[in-house]
Amino acid sequence: MKERLGVYICHCGGNISDYVDVEKVRAAIEHEKGVVLAKTTMFACSDTNQTDMVQDIHEHNLDGVIVASCSPKLHLTTFRNVTERGDLNKYTYVHANIREQASWAHSDDKLGATEKAIRLVKAAIAKSRYADPLFPNQFEAEKNIAVIGGGIAGMKAALSLAEKKSNVILIEKENRLGGHTAEWGSLFMTDEKGFELTARIENDLRKYNNVTILTGAEVIDTKGSIGNFELKIRRRPQNDGDPMEIVELHVGSIVVATGYDHYLPKQGEYGFGTSETIITLPEFKQQVDKATGKSLEFKGKKINNIAYIYCVGSRQNEGENTYCSRFCCTSAIHTAIEVKKKFKGMQNIHLTRGIRTYGKQELLYAESLQMGDLYLQFDENNLPEIRSEGKKTVVTVKDILSARKEMEMEVDLVVLVTGMVPRPDQSIGTMLKLPKGRDRFFNEIHMKLRPVETVIDGVTIAGTCQGPKNISESVNSALSAATKSFSYISKGTLETEPIIAEIDQDACSWCDKCSNACPFDAIDQIEMGGRTVASVNPMVCKGCGMCAPVCPVDAINLIGYTSEEMMSMIDALA
Amino acid sequence: MSDSFKKNAKILVFSTEKISDPAIDMAGLLKLHYPPTVYTITVPCSSGIKPSWIIHAYEKGFDGVFIAADGTDCIFGESCTEKTGNIVAITHEKMKEKEIDPARLRMAALCSVCSEAFVKQMRSFNDYLIKTIHSNNN
Ligand SMILES: Cc1cc2nc3c(=O)[nH]c(=O)nc-3n(C[C@H](O)[C@H](O)[C@H](O)COP(=O)(O)OP(=O)(O)OC[C@H]3O[C@@H](n4cnc5c(N)ncnc54)[C@H](O)[C@@H]3O)c2cc1C
Ligand code: SF4
Ligand code: SF4
Repeated sequence: MKERLGVYICHCGGNISDYVDVEKVRAAIEHEKGVVLAKTTMFACSDTNQTDMVQDIHEHNLDGVIVASCSPKLHLTTFRNVTERGDLNKYTYVHANIREQASWAHSDDKLGATEKAIRLVKAAIAKSRYADPLFPNQFEAEKNIAVIGGGIAGMKAALSLAEKKSNVILIEKENRLGGHTAEWGSLFMTDEKGFELTARIENDLRKYNNVTILTGAEVIDTKGSIGNFELKIRRRPQNDGDPMEIVELHVGSIVVATGYDHYLPKQGEYGFGTSETIITLPEFKQQVDKATGKSLEFKGKKINNIAYIYCVGSRQNEGENTYCSRFCCTSAIHTAIEVKKKFKGMQNIHLTRGIRTYGKQELLYAESLQMGDLYLQFDENNLPEIRSEGKKTVVTVKDILSARKEMEMEVDLVVLVTGMVPRPDQSIGTMLKLPKGRDRFFNEIHMKLRPVETVIDGVTIAGTCQGPKNISESVNSALSAATKSFSYISKGTLETEPIIAEIDQDACSWCDKCSNACPFDAIDQIEMGGRTVASVNPMVCKGCGMCAPVCPVDAINLIGYTSEEMMSMIDALA
Repeated sequence: MSDSFKKNAKILVFSTEKISDPAIDMAGLLKLHYPPTVYTITVPCSSGIKPSWIIHAYEKGFDGVFIAADGTDCIFGESCTEKTGNIVAITHEKMKEKEIDPARLRMAALCSVCSEAFVKQMRSFNDYLIKTIHSNNN
């Protein structure tokens, strides 16, 4: 039983301390049995605090450490490692989640959140008293990695993995690679065209023998977990007369890069669907890319004056699309510049909610201003209105940059600057159990600290399936997802948690109930001191605990979850 | 004691590390509120919960126990649903013997993204417990 415990209670900047009175929590637990050190800290995960913890372990001769902070999915490993650096067995570390399950869940009730946090920390202290040193088992991991989605993100992830000499299987549901990037001609911030860029990367990929590209292929079933995922893939016939193919793959980790969809305005939204002269940015961009000749024509009509309405399907007041789609201000401005460079006599009028051409993209905005484009700004409560008068299209807007004066303009074309939305087919997320955020895109574990990992061990996310991004942002995330996915399996072995079942063989009189309950055949019958008893094979046991409740004499406990630990936690919470 | 502690039922939730606990975390992330008298203890799999722990919780003053089960998503295999069901059935028997209302133990399968379902379950369980237990005590 541990007798010298150190407890750290984290402010998490203000994420915890804005709702939970961390000082009150500290005062409430500092005299708990066995606690010799109780501290609050601004960021428990910071390097400084980690160094202090190691020092405290030595100075105060601690035999157990507890951190009350964010979810263990984020920092359990961090603090286990700190414990190890303090020369304690890392499995003696105990974590209390007072952010996701106290401060955030009860941000509407500060007193309630604080009282809950006190009990959660007391329960962690109770568990810590029993936490014994443990030693992990190792198992062999599959060396193959699957990348699902062959857009720019998936292709770059696959290429990066190929360069690391990993076997990569790139699974793309369409019959061609490239995703949306391959739909574009000129791109902003580079001279290379979208389809040229994707063709170049595809060409590079095809040079590697360790890359398998499956186009027309979709994952229809997944099983297993990190190190040993089984994917069942259905592949459309590649030649006429071929049958549908089912491919089964074994992979160690998975990069999901299934991308985004264009927001499609609702019928009547800014007149969409009511007139041929009201179109979306992706449609317009493709027209401009394609158009040759001296003037821009659309449906047989010459176009000179274009109004661009920004933030369509993004930054909405309510509903799901409250986010900014990030790429669209820059893309609209870039396309408008292209229009002026390509054709004579063009006028661009931008109706924006405030321009967001962040970073170097600001240069495009400056260029567009120099070229004489007009910028008007509206707010979310006074959206521009569009009406047709015979063959004319008239746009009115209250411009907040000129004291909300109502402006009216006659234009030949209205371009709705539509944003990004998650793909409607989220089956891959459902199969792999990937959590989604409020915006319905796949969710990372931590936006800043673990931006490509998901709560599902061994599965990373890359590119726009995680949220709106331009190409360089998609590629950045793809490269880090590839590195993370590779690091999971690069050693060839993975450590399993040493959480296994333990049988009190003095109490056991072999009834075979536990061995029947075990889904992994980890329990054998052995002879011991002239009696037949059950014995757990530690290499096979997966630590599910299914055997423990079925034992009629209660002889089985799961290490780390013994009845003593559980009951003492219940006592502390009650 | 804060008002919410006086007026709400005390619920112990058994969640599972890989499946239902992430959903409960996400409920917090999305600031979907539920009573702060709901406490979670995490286990690897819902079919490893011993009935004696549940009975202990009632004896120590918990009004309700909720098993956030893995269901068919269990990483340890499909037998989990049936085994967790058996644990609930055995515990219900024990509860009857001790004259504890079996409805004070609930179970539902929660996947890793079932945050809203979790919050709904907690609110309705809390309402039930307040109506039955708290009103009996008054
Ligand atoms: C009009 C417009 C202009 C743009 N211009 C620029 C620009 O100039 N510069 C710039 O940086 N960005 C630009 N962008 C943004 C750019 O298109 C994206 O950043 C980029 O396409 C994101 O790549 P991705 O790989 O994440 O997603 P996607 O391009 O959506 O690719 C995802 C791939 O996954 C596949 N997939 C989906 N589901 C599955 C599944 N279940 N199984 C297998 N495969 C699946 C899809 O078929 C697709 O091939 C523009 C966007 C728009 C709308
Ligand atoms: S990038 Fe610009 S157009 Fe797109 S949503 Fe953000 S602010 Fe609106
Ligand atoms: S904990 Fe699970 S895997 Fe291990 S012996 Fe018990 S039932 Fe088998």
